[in-house]
Amino acid sequence: MAGEKTVLVVGGGISGITAALEAAEAGCKAVLVEKEPYLGGRVARMNKYFPKLCPPTCGLEINFRRLRRNPDITVHTLATVETITGSPGSYTATIKMLPRYVEDRAATSKCVDDCPVEIPNDFNYGMDKVQAVRLPYAMAYPMHLVADGDALKKAQGSPEFNAFVESCASKGIQINLDAKPETFQVTAASVVWATGWRPYDATKLDKLGFGKYPNVITNVMMERLASANGPTKGAILRPSDGRKVNNLAFVQCAGSRDENHLPYCSSICCLASLKQATYLRDYNPDAQAHIFYIDLRAHGRFEFFYDRVRNDEKILLTKGKIVHITEDPVTKDVILEGEDILSGSKIRRTFDMAVLATGMQPNTSLEKVPAPGVSYDEFGFVVSDEGIHATGVTKRPMDVGTCLQDATGAALKALQDTVGR
Amino acid sequence: MDHKIGVYIETGYGIGDALDIEALSAVATDEFGVAVCRADAYWNDPEKLAIIRNDISGEGLTAVIIAGPSPRVFQEEFAFEGAFTERINLREHVIWSHPANDEDTQMLAEDYIRMGITKASKYQDRPPFMEEVEKSILVIGGGMTGLTAALDAAAANYQVYLVEKEARLGGWANNFHKVFTGKPPYGRIVDSPIQEKIKAVNASDKIKVFTGQRVFSISGAPGMFDVVIRPDGDWIKKLDKEQNEWLAAKKAKEASGTEEEETPKPPAPEEAEAVGEEQEESIDFAHEKVRVGAVVLAAGWRPENLSGHENLGYGKYPDVVTSVQLEELATKGKITRPSDGKEVNSIAFIECNDGKTKHPLLYASFVNSLVTLKQAHYLRTTNPEGKAYIFYENMRTPGQYEKYYQDLQNDPGIFLSKGTPVSVSNGASSLTVELKDTLLGEKVKVNVDMVVLSTGMVPMTKDSAIVNLKYRQGPFLPENLYGFNDSHFICFPYETQRTGIYTAGCVRGPMDFQSCELDATGAALKAIQCVELTAQGKGVHPRAGDESFPEIFITRCTQCKRCTEECPFGAYDEKPDGTPLPNPTRCRRCAICMGSCPERIISFRDHSVDMIGSMVKSVHVPDEYAEKPRVIVFICENDALPAVDMAGIERLQYSAYVRFIPLRCLGNINLVWIADSLSKGIDGILLIGCKYGDDYQCHFVKGSELAEYRMGKISETLQRLVLEPDRIQVEQLAIDEYGKIPELIDGFIETLSEFDPNPYKGF
Repeated sequence: MAGEKTVLVVGGGISGITAALEAAEAGCKAVLVEKEPYLGGRVARMNKYFPKLCPPTCGLEINFRRLRRNPDITVHTLATVETITGSPGSYTATIKMLPRYVEDRAATSKCVDDCPVEIPNDFNYGMDKVQAVRLPYAMAYPMHLVADGDALKKAQGSPEFNAFVESCASKGIQINLDAKPETFQVTAASVVWATGWRPYDATKLDKLGFGKYPNVITNVMMERLASANGPTKGAILRPSDGRKVNNLAFVQCAGSRDENHLPYCSSICCLASLKQATYLRDYNPDAQAHIFYIDLRAHGRFEFFYDRVRNDEKILLTKGKIVHITEDPVTKDVILEGEDILSGSKIRRTFDMAVLATGMQPNTSLEKVPAPGVSYDEFGFVVSDEGIHATGVTKRPMDVGTCLQDATGAALKALQDTVGR
Repeated sequence: MDHKIGVYIETGYGIGDALDIEALSAVATDEFGVAVCRADAYWNDPEKLAIIRNDISGEGLTAVIIAGPSPRVFQEEFAFEGAFTERINLREHVIWSHPANDEDTQMLAEDYIRMGITKASKYQDRPPFMEEVEKSILVIGGGMTGLTAALDAAAANYQVYLVEKEARLGGWANNFHKVFTGKPPYGRIVDSPIQEKIKAVNASDKIKVFTGQRVFSISGAPGMFDVVIRPDGDWIKKLDKEQNEWLAAKKAKEASGTEEEETPKPPAPEEAEAVGEEQEESIDFAHEKVRVGAVVLAAGWRPENLSGHENLGYGKYPDVVTSVQLEELATKGKITRPSDGKEVNSIAFIECNDGKTKHPLLYASFVNSLVTLKQAHYLRTTNPEGKAYIFYENMRTPGQYEKYYQDLQNDPGIFLSKGTPVSVSNGASSLTVELKDTLLGEKVKVNVDMVVLSTGMVPMTKDSAIVNLKYRQGPFLPENLYGFNDSHFICFPYETQRTGIYTAGCVRGPMDFQSCELDATGAALKAIQCVELTAQGKGVHPRAGDESFPEIFITRCTQCKRCTEECPFGAYDEKPDGTPLPNPTRCRRCAICMGSCPERIISFRDHSVDMIGSMVKSVHVPDEYAEKPRVIVFICENDALPAVDMAGIERLQYSAYVRFIPLRCLGNINLVWIADSLSKGIDGILLIGCKYGDDYQCHFVKGSELAEYRMGKISETLQRLVLEPDRIQVEQLAIDEYGKIPELIDGFIETLSEFDPNPYKGF
């Protein structure tokens, strides 16, 4: 399949979707490969974008519309690239596609809500459970169910399971646990690598209590808590007892700008916390948010947003580094300790819940591009740019707007590869 | 035109169980006499699609209507050669949101069949707008961004014209001593790579360079822009002055709220005739004229004017310099004092951040932090005894630049502290800087040989239109909330309000070299995409690929000028007789003009005033004794309509008295449809569109706001008809707020229950 005018885009987050669409609308053919069963990546799991506080699904939906109407783009979900051989202008990629274990016709989770098996909900960072057969989220593209094959296999043979399979069949939905992974090849003139990032593993920050104390969560979890389609339907409740959060702390640079963890700055966490402080204030007008930061990095036009947030008298900002979090064993409140940078005095304060502003770690730091000639910096961001073009957070930490600029540029570099130089 | 219509009713997904399919089919066959009507399960299956294809060839169908799941699914499957497709959403909008086997649900489904067939029957078969398209690209600005955009477009085989106002290429980068590479090792700064870029541009046979020249004017539209390039001279000051005065007057008028009056026409450059006249202009000055398909605006920045910072010694002491001046001093090797030429041993770097301006660091961004660190590094490299004091509000070194910062923190000759400057005064042999809010306590004084004021980067568009458009809506690119002339969309960073013109680099905010390059490449792609889509007669973002475009039945035009003024993209110019001159390749296909036109003479092939009006009229309105009110919901198809789909997916239930009519944008609403609805006996009208205001979510910038404005004008008419103004409401709904739909719709039905039925039922 495909050929010389083709661009292979790996990673179906906002950068990859953009690169594929921009290239296709400029006259290329694009093959978009995503390892999850849906497109949208990290942004699909966010509640709002800063600084406009608008929903990411708004932009995703319009991109999905562009995808649907464009016959020059092929999308493969649950797919990963095994190897890439060749050179700029002529690559062959081997792609492995996992089975969905379910065949449907644009069905939704409610169509299969009699599914007897539940699994932890990875979409919500494990904060709740979900049916083992489901649409990943209501706006998911492609609108196809996906099943957790392993979980279903454990239930196979039970009467509940058999009844479920039969009920599915009556709705035109087939469960097929014998489905096998498929492997196929794509030839392309150019490759755009947009596998994005993962939140830094907060359990490695052993002094900050994540994983130990239920009321210490991370910023990506906070996005889900505030989302109308999240585990609490948008209610900002603390995990230990489901109580409304009244007094919330944000711990900036949790693992970032830190030689022992992520030495670089992830660029977006300050703005993300400012934004998340507004989630709390919108949800609970009596609540107070307190952000502890080293430098407040809200640059350029984000300055306006920073101003808007800090003018809220119930959002407090302290230039201070939090080094230790403990728990009050009775109330399950969290106790933050650190240093107030300006006064030099010690901080010790109690909060209902703490959000760790963890940074973005490039996926390429752990999973390298399976192709020759790709080089990385000491943090695992891709540096080289010949034939295989890294874009978005694969290149450096950036906000969504910058990812889109960069991915649009990557589309041009790919287009250049297709015309030859 | 008469269409041969085939209607395919879906019975799968439980539709067949929830609705009376025979009755639905009867609507299509008996009421409309369609050529083919079939009901079956899963029309998207290949063998069922073959039946439809067979009908298209066998029965000569020109229109296929699929009444089944949302048009958000199976778009590719339901695309047919030889016939267009219309979709009716019986799944998300009917059976998933309303009770099964219910009289009202059935009536809803039947109305949607009527509306769908009516819509399809009004489809006009018109070819796309095709004209000869020039694919070359104009790049304005020969600095880092402009050079990169030019090289990248040329590398994809596009002809480029590069216009630079200075005598040489390179822009500010010519004056930079060292720059960051953005590549490891991150602790390194190197010579500026600008000379290599300039060499490559000069060597390219695809790039024609105009140095010492400016863009005098741009007229035309994407694919056919005519650009007049003129040697730099005093003329630009005169032109800028006239244009800025015009803009100031326009803004003043908008602020005073006298919107009913016509906006003034933009100033015509000295030689220019009225915009839109076809006769050849006579230009009596030296110039060159080129035709291009799209434009990249990379005009860059100028240093912020620091007058007003005399307290910091600016303009008072020769050894208080700006960061821009320091770059030039540093290129000479050892850094010396302007006052006496002595080598500098200590420098204080301070931000002009003393609370005098509202957003003091808007033009500083993170770049000023980097420049400060870099310049401290210069001092330390050339003078091992040198001491650099850096005072800042927030040290902003994003991404891997943090590494550079960390390296410098380890340098004992660099002292870093938070601190707000209070004053700079002259000591005996040095300058004294006083600061507050530092890490060392309240107030601190430092004696240094030199003070460097961090200088903001102001976009060149702050002073000048630069593109000097000969457009009815004026020579400028519209400004966003932040005063930059670029996009206010996070998701679509290149979309300016002037189609085919893309901004890049420091014209849209302070950027380091790496960001400028990245941005330039993206803008070049958008320019290429624009010329390619235009050449195929297709629209660009956000309706990329749309082949429909507005056509005007001009003989009925009353010269009200609303279309020319309300188009968010300035697509219309004006003819001498006051009628609109459309520029279809500037058009984004939002159909706001169609809504603005009181004469109802603007239409698209697949979307017209008559089409929507006929859909309204096709709804069956029960008589007043039936106690079944009817509501038409005009809804934005971009965000609010998918939200209704989500409500269905979540099986949220709401009143079956409402009928949704999707619009391309809520600004597409034409007042005649309100009249059509009311005279038909519709009890209430709801408009649902995107959020507007500073952080608008409208894909067409101001469509939903315009809808609200137009509805404000209709309440008078309602009172004249003795109808309650509350029968019409405008609501804002974000795409993720689908949970609010039941409350919104049922709440509106509740409001209507306080009124008598529309007295015009049955008329």
